Amino acid sequence: MNILVCISNVPDTTSKINFKDQNEAFDTNGVQFIINPNDEFGLTRAIWLQQKSGAKVTVVTVGDSACEPILRKCLAIGADQAIRIDAHPLDGFFVATQIAALCKKETYDLIITGRESIDYNGAMVGGMISTILSLPYVANCIQMDVEDSNVSLQREIDGGKETLTSSFPIVLGAQKGLVEESDLIIPNMRGIMQARQKSLTVESAITLNQATSVKVFEKPPEKGPVKLVDSNDVDGLIELLQNEAKVL
Amino acid sequence: MSVVVYIESQKGVVKKAGLEIASFGRAIADASQNSLVAVTFNLEDTSTLKLYGVDKVYNVNTKEDIFFNVERYANSIQNVVLKEAAKIILVSASSDGRYLGPILAVKSRAAYFSNVVALPISYDPLTVKRSCFTNKAFNESTTNEECSVISLCSNAYGLKEKEGLAEVVEASYETSSTSLKVVSVDKVTDEITIADADIVVSGGRGLKGPENWHLIEDLATVLGAATACSKPVSDMGWRPHSEHVGQTGKPVASNLYIAIGVSGAIQHLAGINSSKVKVVINNDPEAPFFKAADYGIVGDAFEVVPQLISKLKALKQ
Repeated sequence: MNILVCISNVPDTTSKINFKDQNEAFDTNGVQFIINPNDEFGLTRAIWLQQKSGAKVTVVTVGDSACEPILRKCLAIGADQAIRIDAHPLDGFFVATQIAALCKKETYDLIITGRESIDYNGAMVGGMISTILSLPYVANCIQMDVEDSNVSLQREIDGGKETLTSSFPIVLGAQKGLVEESDLIIPNMRGIMQARQKSLTVESAITLNQATSVKVFEKPPEKGPVKLVDSNDVDGLIELLQNEAKVL
Repeated sequence: MSVVVYIESQKGVVKKAGLEIASFGRAIADASQNSLVAVTFNLEDTSTLKLYGVDKVYNVNTKEDIFFNVERYANSIQNVVLKEAAKIILVSASSDGRYLGPILAVKSRAAYFSNVVALPISYDPLTVKRSCFTNKAFNESTTNEECSVISLCSNAYGLKEKEGLAEVVEASYETSSTSLKVVSVDKVTDEITIADADIVVSGGRGLKGPENWHLIEDLATVLGAATACSKPVSDMGWRPHSEHVGQTGKPVASNLYIAIGVSGAIQHLAGINSSKVKVVINNDPEAPFFKAADYGIVGDAFEVVPQLISKLKALKQ
């Protein structure tokens, strides 16, 4: 089985978010970048298939050379090879089109994206890749069981879950549940050493028109201080929620 | 021209998110001088849509497909988009809406904006405000395409009644072949979901163990609220993942969010940032949640919450 895991380079979950250039660009100063957590759940699931049945795992990202450390980390975690499509990721459709173009050159049985990136929160790359390639797509995927040429999957829905079946090839949007937080693989020294020998190729991007343009960013307004209520005055809290906040 | 809106329903009845997206659609249709066309699936009674400004309804009968089928739903909506020459397509940012959005966008050669939080800033070209960095920021984005798909965050616009015609027209269901089949749906029907809830009650590690969760559940019951939890709580298996709120869990955009024994890690606070009023009950006055909350009680949850439950119960009677 040939698996492609799509990786996004995102600010660490604890990062303070700031903007620069008249709020037209994200300020990366002092920001640590990580593998998008949803992508990492998907990568871990792919590595399990590699360990169990010898699947070949390729990771891909669309970005400049600053993204290479996270691709090396994916290789240290266990991916067999990495591809960087050399372009600034203009928007979700741009990224999806680049990855779909790669999938036309090489055949993948399973294409894994994260449910969404934690920076742009577009939640669109997986669905778009699948539609460009006319493949089935399962978003918010929380379980996957492979039985020969078929796959059984679970999708988290509002208030429950849905069970689906499909044949390969298929595109997934991974999230927590597909593997647990405690299943994530921390690279060991051997993995890190091996990663240096693994192939990281750079491919050029195809040109296309940008579907959307970000004009400006803004941060939510500063909020006022908390109103504290004495722990013996539960009535006071109810009164505030009823008459001041008007939410009860 | 028209604005096409996908309205979600459950068991033949329009969901609250469906009424919200209809309200939002009406305002967009008025501002852009279009008519508002709804696509619904298996709706038993379309008259509710009259109250929310819908001009025309394509009510699709999915026959033997009893579950949501993303491919066929997208194709059926796409048919209406073509027929109506729509330039703006609207879906709710629900699990099904967010599943459909990008697929519909590629099929319609449209730009896609997810997590939109307000009416468009301008219409020529279409410019919207959306949330990003998991609610830690917003961005204004502009379309470069003829057509655009928007998914609207839950509770971002609210319900606004307006008279409409809701003329019902014939709709066809696209039974395209797909290898993907929904086998079963496992849904807790009698509980309010985090996505639909006006009030969410959430518990953290401060509750000390799953055996104490009756406090959260009882408070949620008296308030008619959904229950949620922090990441450590779901990681330790005290509560299911589906209740985990935060950056890698679910976003919450309720009117009232009550956090009990949740310290307020930055990832958790990001996930609940769109909630309108936040209340924290925690015995640690230094808990970061107090900086993000509107109201707070520094105190022992095991003493405060039972009082809150009994007072609220008394109030309801």
